[in-house]
Amino acid sequence: MFSRSYKVFISLPPLLWVTLFLLIPYALMFAHSFWLVRDGVISREWNLHNYAKLFQNPVYLEVLFRSIGIAAGVTLLSLLLGYPLAYYMSFHVSARKDLLYQLVIVPLWVSYLVRGYAWKTILGSQGVLNGFLEYLHITNEPVSFFLYSPFAVVLMLTHIYTPFVFLPLYASLEHIPRNLIEASHDLGAGPRKTFLRIILPLSLPGLLAGATFAFVLALGDFLAPLLVGGPSSIMIANIVQSLFGTAYDWPLGAAISVCILLITVTLLFLAERLEKRWSFR
Amino acid sequence: MNTTLHTSRRSPFLGTYALLVFAFLYLPILVLILYSFNRSGVGGFPPKEFTLDWYRQVFTDGPLWTSVLNSLLVAAGAVTLSLVLGLLAALALDRVDFPGKSIFRRLVLLPLILPGIITGLSLLMFAVFAGLQLSLLTVFLGHGTALLSVATTELFAGLQKMDRAQEEASLDLGATPWQTFWRITVPNLKLSLIAAGLLIFTLSMDEIAVTFFLIGRDNTLPLEIWARLRRGITPEINAISTLIFCFSVSLILIWYRMRTRTMGTDARELLEKP
Repeated sequence: MFSRSYKVFISLPPLLWVTLFLLIPYALMFAHSFWLVRDGVISREWNLHNYAKLFQNPVYLEVLFRSIGIAAGVTLLSLLLGYPLAYYMSFHVSARKDLLYQLVIVPLWVSYLVRGYAWKTILGSQGVLNGFLEYLHITNEPVSFFLYSPFAVVLMLTHIYTPFVFLPLYASLEHIPRNLIEASHDLGAGPRKTFLRIILPLSLPGLLAGATFAFVLALGDFLAPLLVGGPSSIMIANIVQSLFGTAYDWPLGAAISVCILLITVTLLFLAERLEKRWSFR
Repeated sequence: MNTTLHTSRRSPFLGTYALLVFAFLYLPILVLILYSFNRSGVGGFPPKEFTLDWYRQVFTDGPLWTSVLNSLLVAAGAVTLSLVLGLLAALALDRVDFPGKSIFRRLVLLPLILPGIITGLSLLMFAVFAGLQLSLLTVFLGHGTALLSVATTELFAGLQKMDRAQEEASLDLGATPWQTFWRITVPNLKLSLIAAGLLIFTLSMDEIAVTFFLIGRDNTLPLEIWARLRRGITPEINAISTLIFCFSVSLILIWYRMRTRTMGTDARELLEKP
């Protein structure tokens, strides 16, 4: 139907742009991970030292595992908050559904940084929470462990990713044909059985999408540890950031980035496979 | 609607739980707004003495408004760039078979699903490799490229919902592809374009992970805020954040109004036509 020149016109600009500004930059990151720094300049000698360093120095692996732990915690908590909320709104709310939906989205319009900063003002030793506890005479002196701990990082990131986990979950719950649930009830299944056999399996695509999204983005976060985490919750992206900054070892930083990228891509691939398998059942 | 009988049974436990989740989501925002009016600044409970001082401080803060202006410039540029390229990319994915199409599809989406630091650093290496000076221009290139993923997904979804017969008819009746593009395709995608544009605008205004590595001497608003946070807690941040929050919420409200109105007129036209 469309002429050849039209097809060239619509596909050439985005193809060129994506090649120049995405393909080449990502390829450069791979290339850097096989180079090294000699006398303070990046030398394009191909080698595997960066990757060897990653596995020899226990610090990197320790921080990587901590990051995976934090990301898993964030994912789990976001699901624990997001799933019941989505379930409640999809099956128990009939009036003002749209308004409630908007209310979940509105926090997304407050800057990431500002929300992190708000948590800092809440959790700090001079913060709102400590003030509140002292006001109620529950504590007499500021509790210092709220802020600058992995707990604070998990809390802040959970706050940020719960709406993101909620959105695909809610969409998949809304797509479940209501007559399936009716049928399940009519055939004598109780609410629990209906949930486990009908609702949960059918909402798995949304659950997977939300969970991978939260996990991947939390894994690569470097701002939350700087803002509310303190030294005890340094994450893998902080190491990358310092290698690209003051430590000046771009090749090593690139190698760690490639690892993060590979973990991400593997997870996305697995999620896609799982989703396909479930949707064909 | 027999299902409501089974599923809408009152569930006080779930309802309370949902309420608590909402409380968790809104607690930081409420604290932020409340303490922007607190004379003794951030922290402590309860807030004492109402003041507008922090807002006064914000309005006379030169560097802060320069950074707002920078952010607006970058966001406007990023919206334009990503909408133009995203529209072409969505059309290409929809109706052209070219070699490497599946790779292209994945590549475009990558910035959306990768942590921002990866895309930011890749673009930093590219800028150094290409000899580009880091400035607002590199930030604009970064935002435009990263948010191309959002534009492409939104517009591709819009295209799937579009009625194809109109384009076909236009081409059959002798209109050139160019005329068809401007008179049929673009007007039909108007709502998707506006929605994508608004989304990209707000994402760009708030972008920090990619910006962090591409910024030159001029700060965008999030990086200006970041620089101040590093120096310590400053209550004027509460004030500016509250202002931005109100601004974005009114932006969403305007958009909803607009959408319901256009939908209303469409329906009326449909009804009035013989």
